[in-house]
Amino acid sequence: MRAYVPSYQLTTPRSLHEALTILASEPGVWKPFAGGTDLMVLLEAGKLTHRNYVNIRNLDELRGIDANDNHITFGALTTYTDIQSDSLLRREFPMLCQAASETGGLAIQNRGTLGGNIVNASPAADSPPALLAYDAEVELVSIHGSRWLPYQGFHTGYKQMLIRPDELLTRIRLPRNTNNRTHYYRKVGTRKAQAISKVCFAAIGRTNNGHIEDARVVVGSVAPIVVRCLQTESALRGQKPDSATVESAQASLLREISPIDDVRSTASYRLRVTLNLLSDFIANLKS
Amino acid sequence: MSNPIGKSFPRKEGRKKVTGRALYVDDLTFPQMLHGATVRSPSPRGKITGITFGGDIPWDEFTIVTAKDIPGVNYVALILNDQPYLADGFVNHAEEPVLLLAHRDKYLLEEARRNVRIEIEEQPAIFSLEESLAGREIIWGDDNVFKKYLVDKGNVDDVWATADFIVEGEYETGAQEQLYIENNGAIAIANPGNGVTVWGSMQCPYYVHKALVQLFELPAEKIRIIQTETGGGFGGKEEYPSLIAGHAALLAWKSGKPVKLVYDRAEDMVATTKRHPSRTRHKTAVSKDGKLLAMEIDFVIDGGAYCTLSPVVLSRGTIHAGGPYVCPNIRIHSRAVATNVPPHGAFRGFGAPQSIFALERHMDKVARVVGLAPDEFRRRNFIHEGETTATSQVIRERVDMSGLLDRALQLSDYHAKRERFARENSQNGHGSSGVKRGIGFATFMHGAGFTGSGEVYLQSVVSAEATADGKVQILAASTEIGQGTNTIFSQIAAEALGLDFDAIEIVQPDTAHVPNSGPTVASRTSMVVGKLVESAVTALKQTLIGSGLLSDQYTSGDFRAACRQYIARFGPLKTSATYQPPPNVHWDDEKYQGDAYGAYAWAVYVAAVSYDELTYEARVEDFVAVQEVGRVLNPVLAAGQIEGGVAQAIGFTLFENVVWKDGRMANNQMTNYIIPTPVDIPPIRVYFEENPYAYGPGGAKGIGELPMDGAAPAILNALEDATNIHFTRIPLMPEMLMERYDEEPSHV
Amino acid sequence: MTKSQVTFKVNGQQHKSGAFPMARLLDVLREELGLTGTKEGCGEGECGACTVILDGQIVNSCLVPVGQVDGSAITTIEGIADDDQLHAVQQAFIEHGGAQCGICTPGMVLATVDLLERNPAPTEADIRTALAGNLCRCTGYMKIFESVTKAVANK
Repeated sequence: MRAYVPSYQLTTPRSLHEALTILASEPGVWKPFAGGTDLMVLLEAGKLTHRNYVNIRNLDELRGIDANDNHITFGALTTYTDIQSDSLLRREFPMLCQAASETGGLAIQNRGTLGGNIVNASPAADSPPALLAYDAEVELVSIHGSRWLPYQGFHTGYKQMLIRPDELLTRIRLPRNTNNRTHYYRKVGTRKAQAISKVCFAAIGRTNNGHIEDARVVVGSVAPIVVRCLQTESALRGQKPDSATVESAQASLLREISPIDDVRSTASYRLRVTLNLLSDFIANLKS
Repeated sequence: MSNPIGKSFPRKEGRKKVTGRALYVDDLTFPQMLHGATVRSPSPRGKITGITFGGDIPWDEFTIVTAKDIPGVNYVALILNDQPYLADGFVNHAEEPVLLLAHRDKYLLEEARRNVRIEIEEQPAIFSLEESLAGREIIWGDDNVFKKYLVDKGNVDDVWATADFIVEGEYETGAQEQLYIENNGAIAIANPGNGVTVWGSMQCPYYVHKALVQLFELPAEKIRIIQTETGGGFGGKEEYPSLIAGHAALLAWKSGKPVKLVYDRAEDMVATTKRHPSRTRHKTAVSKDGKLLAMEIDFVIDGGAYCTLSPVVLSRGTIHAGGPYVCPNIRIHSRAVATNVPPHGAFRGFGAPQSIFALERHMDKVARVVGLAPDEFRRRNFIHEGETTATSQVIRERVDMSGLLDRALQLSDYHAKRERFARENSQNGHGSSGVKRGIGFATFMHGAGFTGSGEVYLQSVVSAEATADGKVQILAASTEIGQGTNTIFSQIAAEALGLDFDAIEIVQPDTAHVPNSGPTVASRTSMVVGKLVESAVTALKQTLIGSGLLSDQYTSGDFRAACRQYIARFGPLKTSATYQPPPNVHWDDEKYQGDAYGAYAWAVYVAAVSYDELTYEARVEDFVAVQEVGRVLNPVLAAGQIEGGVAQAIGFTLFENVVWKDGRMANNQMTNYIIPTPVDIPPIRVYFEENPYAYGPGGAKGIGELPMDGAAPAILNALEDATNIHFTRIPLMPEMLMERYDEEPSHV
Repeated sequence: MTKSQVTFKVNGQQHKSGAFPMARLLDVLREELGLTGTKEGCGEGECGACTVILDGQIVNSCLVPVGQVDGSAITTIEGIADDDQLHAVQQAFIEHGGAQCGICTPGMVLATVDLLERNPAPTEADIRTALAGNLCRCTGYMKIFESVTKAVANK
């Protein structure tokens, strides 16, 4: 343990209201602390710069998975284990379940939360590509009120996002429009478990009368944020899933991602694998 | 009476391990204990120009040790005196220890460590063996070379002109972290009155003992080293504990209090030893009927900044470079060279995995050039009883490599798979599924025990002592590090005495109580030290029989009564055995010729792999390991050794890449230096052929290092079968595989 | 800074901790309660040596700040055997070579006990997945899988 632990605060409010009150009392001084699977790693390494945390893990208001005809909505504290065990999610949002099953090992899946995975804002996170491909929306709540934002656009730059210091991400919802589509999720991390992705590719779509429709393509670990590849999607829209389409879509994708070399992989590897997976996704589209 | 040898007795200390009661060094605390930390060099090479203590830290509460505080000699005693305990004015690698701190508050200690600033006037540094060989910067001795060997048999130069084929190749292996799950650690109590006592995680208590005698310039009896339960070693706790024990002891000496110095994972990975990176060049002459005529091998390993064990690692790598083949003319030239990275060190296999990787990749290449199947080519060159190895050692035991190969190929369904994979790969072009498969193998041997005259120099001793209630205690410095020392010694002793397994007790290695049975390395514990256990307890039995208190035929009750009476009448009943070399073993250290090892284990490993053309990821899907290791003492433990070694070797081949940045490991976290998880290891199918070795206990030979040798070339041979790409470097990460894929369009 | 006042149960015994709230549960178990069977291998949730069962689920105790366990129930390796009677999983690990150096063993045993609670008849794939967060450097995992299978058979 390299951190000077006595310099950290972790306060435990008894209700969501109390948590929001603390966040609002001194904006920016307090930050939420949920499953801890990212923050504790930084703490251990002596790299957790922020000092004061609000423990939100016990807030029942932030739990639960609910569905109506249009949406499935889950609390920010929904864990990866919760996600995998939900039969509706497994049926309609398999990429999210796959992402959850490929995040860390079971001990991490029991502890890590979906809301935490979003606001930790790692470009290598496993569930955001699936959430983006499923057109997720996020609810932000403060003592002054609440708002829903599309998840697309929520991250604005490396570790930057559209959340105010007094706000808490409380819920995530997905529109139930995923039937009869190909759900294509590949986390590439060299080993099969406990990996940090070198590329995380999530896409959904289908063909109708031989033409691609409603394709959504998202890639993680290839840019400062997880990228929803809108140009690639338009290159696919209405086209036949043939080699000419693959080429033009790959050309679009090249413009939308900016992978780098780091200790885990190389820019050229990330680029090539992303292009290969796009091609494989197109080849696997079903009507 | 029972015959414990050959049976799978449960691990002697198993119960305390599964209940969490086994005590590892970090589990111990002492009254008044301080925690220690090491402040390390931020630069790879240069002069230390200043040390400043900043921050809002109560520095007067800290014990601070520098090179000036060392009471004896500031070198880690090993082969040469060149590695300092604490850098004294100059650093030769990043993360080199410069200063030690101790405080009772662990949290404050880390805060203090962050606030020590070491200023370095940097000098040019070199980070690769190529740079070291180029010699533009000399960083060690006259030529950057720690050690060189020449093995010369016949005359290779006479062969090149007339050979049908000459095949050349170059092969490289990377550094590998041992990654025992228990980090390095030590606790010391030290003062001028009582001397120095250290508890620690270690393989070789007497190495630490020797090092601390020199560090403190104290008489041997004033230094006491106690091995605590050790959470894996694999060579990583062979020489390094001498350093960390010394550091803990220096802090304890200065503070007058017990000091615990335990590394966290990041420090253990960045600062401690790794497997030596290597480069091997082969030039091979072969006749058109596939007989090896001449082999010229140039083997180089990167030793890092100090000599440490590099000469012996190089020795083993050199001797194994020629493999289990007969060739009339062999020249092996080898060097260990210096670079400005933390010293590389012992790791299971100890140089052999590096040179065997090169050889077994090269043998597939030669077979291809000659136009023979890889198995047929090897069959034509395998060594047999009565023939000689590269060092002209006559093999005096029965060896049947062809038989092992037959069995391994059959068990792995090699021929059918090879044909099926080729067919499926060609049908399945560069398309959507994009998975190709291949199968390959390696044939190899591994010498057990110290090289050459090493065991004679060691003069290892084991003692046995009877208790009044008829138990027999084994006293040896050989450590249990997970491989099964306690269990194997108990079986050997019980067998020799005709007693129950539970009648044998293993004494905790403590230099105040156990004799020096040598280091726990080199696959020597079962074969060499086990033999001493057998001899020591046999002497004990003979003593009882000679005293007239025990007859030749006895029950455990008779034995117990005899022990009680003997001790009552004559005092302690303790016997010892000292190493005696097997007959007719001769080794010439000058010419590097002769009997390099008393015995070899022989093996054939087969890997079936898949390869994903979308992600360039290779996976091992099936693994068959067939070996002859003499008699198997404990089938479950023996298979566990093989399976564990193969898993480490799979990591070495496909997962474990040390990313270097200016001579420093940049990915020093388990998140970024990835070892295989439970879902990454294929079924490992282990088979033993038993051929008892006359001079091993119960017929056993060494086993521990063997499984590290063969997997890497088998996997790459299989990948070449899948892709038609001649891979020559490990680790073969997907990124590197992709690059090679682009270079060679032949696979498309 | 202020220390926490958290109360939780460990192996059925109530414990009140005065540690700093961001202290790792791992350190509190080892240093405050002397339960050193829980091991530190990596400190970052990769190796699983520090696995404990927290409110019925396995967690990495190196990633849990003690400030989050107020009112919780924790089982460590010391709480698995019933006095001198080993749990079937522990017995199987001893008999079938599931433990070598022993440092990953407490975590492996706890992850296995948890698996068998949730799934009394796991397939080999289930076993591999359940243990994917527990790394072992000694065994190559084969004997661990076999130990789990044998524990199922002997239950």
